[in-house]
Amino acid sequence: MVDAPRPKRHFRRPSVIPGFGLTFGYTLTCLSLIVLLPLAALVVKSSEIGLSGIVAVATDPRVASALRVSFGVSLLAALTASVFGFIVAWVLSRYRFPGRKIVDAVVDLPFALPTAVAGIALASLYAPTGLVGAQLAKLGIQAAYTPLGIFIAMVFIGLPFAVRTVQPLITEIDKEVEEASATLGATRRMTLVRVVLPPLIPAVLTGFALAFARGVGEYGSIIFIAGNLPYVSEIAPLLIVIKLSEFDYAGAAAIATIMLAISFLTLLAINLIQAWSRRRFGYV
Amino acid sequence: MRAGELLGLLGPSGSGKTTLLRIIAGLDFPDRGRILFGGDDATGLPVQQRAVGFVFQHYALFKHMSVADNIAYGLNARKRADRPAKAEIRRRVGDLLDLIKLSGFADRYPSQLSGGQRQRIALARALAVEPRVLLLDEPFGALDAQVRKDLRRWLREIHDRTGQTTIFVTHDQDEALELSDRVAVLDRGRLEQVGTPDEVQDNPASATVLRFLGDAIELEAIAEGGRVLVDGKPTPVAAPRGAVGPVKLFVRPWQLQFADPAESHLGGTVRASHRSQGRQRIEVAPADGRHLVVEDFDGERYAAGQPVGLRINGGYVFA
Repeated sequence: MVDAPRPKRHFRRPSVIPGFGLTFGYTLTCLSLIVLLPLAALVVKSSEIGLSGIVAVATDPRVASALRVSFGVSLLAALTASVFGFIVAWVLSRYRFPGRKIVDAVVDLPFALPTAVAGIALASLYAPTGLVGAQLAKLGIQAAYTPLGIFIAMVFIGLPFAVRTVQPLITEIDKEVEEASATLGATRRMTLVRVVLPPLIPAVLTGFALAFARGVGEYGSIIFIAGNLPYVSEIAPLLIVIKLSEFDYAGAAAIATIMLAISFLTLLAINLIQAWSRRRFGYV
Repeated sequence: MRAGELLGLLGPSGSGKTTLLRIIAGLDFPDRGRILFGGDDATGLPVQQRAVGFVFQHYALFKHMSVADNIAYGLNARKRADRPAKAEIRRRVGDLLDLIKLSGFADRYPSQLSGGQRQRIALARALAVEPRVLLLDEPFGALDAQVRKDLRRWLREIHDRTGQTTIFVTHDQDEALELSDRVAVLDRGRLEQVGTPDEVQDNPASATVLRFLGDAIELEAIAEGGRVLVDGKPTPVAAPRGAVGPVKLFVRPWQLQFADPAESHLGGTVRASHRSQGRQRIEVAPADGRHLVVEDFDGERYAAGQPVGLRINGGYVFA
């Protein structure tokens, strides 16, 4: 008997669609030039002050508080944007009503608006003298110049992500699957919870991750409404700008590196949950 | 509709078969008329309470659930008081998987199955709730020919074993005639005829039914003295009682036979012929520019261009 030749291990699986080498090379080049290189420079810059320097920056109460505000409020805002975004996407794709197309277009506006414009608009609306702020003040709630203001701005800029990631999947929901569930005796609630929603979970998570990332990185719209009180409503990106204006480049790079690490870990965790949910729900 | 029967709803597309099926299921709503199950009026009942099993053309399985969860779905959907115990549900799912011959597949997901397997799962899911009537909407429409044939035979076996009252929709005459106890022919929203496959084939109620059940050529003929005459020559077809004068005669391809010109009702030249599975179909072009098809056993071959005479051996007469 002759041993069958051992199959050669390939870096990639053979495929009928050509161009793997070209596209893979292109991907690496782009990723390196546009994403990895600046990030590497950041890490190199912050390493000037050494690991102990970075730890010192991270444990500085003002920095720690800013990081807590940035990430804590981003998570809450992303959560909120996901819930509202889901409802908006649901209404836009399931129902036909006059003005649907216009509402659909409005959803994208936060993408297009300069963030500073959004910030100023929100600040003047929610300030104690503003249209909404005055009403809230009657209830004893102050939105502008508090973390609540940061939250509002982050929901505003995160909402389009939450809507646009789920919307195509809701549009694709097969009506027959819902009908099948009904003929099997399921109530509407059961159909929704057991049949309609589970396949949407991965997309909702994607929207959540994007809204969260956008919230953490947002600067322009927040600083106008946040009030920027140290230890209360100061966000980490603002602290970086402050450090830069004080010519403390290494310090700024250190905060940025810490933000980078936390963001990366959070997004990785979300991606892992997503991969798990895709497997769990048995397709793609 | 009789209890325990397998009824085929047959009709061209757009004839209202699927709409009728969906109205029975409670997925669509009738403009007028009532739906009766046994003696009970089900017209006002919502779909959840109709106790029907519905199988969709494109399966409509729950992709994120395993095969076992799909089948158990209807049982799990019941109110707590009527819901069988977990072990009982598992046993029922196991029995149904045996019935559809997919015993080892309980933990697979629908995306890992072939079209035929998915349709069997969809059927098991519908049977699990023990419906009063099982409704199949073009159940084999999305499958390829070989799988379709196998599933047809298999569905008939399942029906014979379970005695489940079943209605299925199809636009495929062969499927309806082979599978059904009785066939209902629909056309443009109207019920044309209900009968056993033999009845609808031997005594079609209308020209529409006849045309839909297979190829036929339409001839101008004369009814005279109880016979039907074509081209002035008598045919073996008896005229309907009391019919005198011009009638329409419909002739199936296998009711035509090659014959001497003297005994022929029709004539023409051979245009082409095809053989398939022991039969041959010969296309004949008569002088009037029409298109005739003759079906015969695969015997003598006819060359294109050859002049032939055709004798009519049978047919159906409508005034």
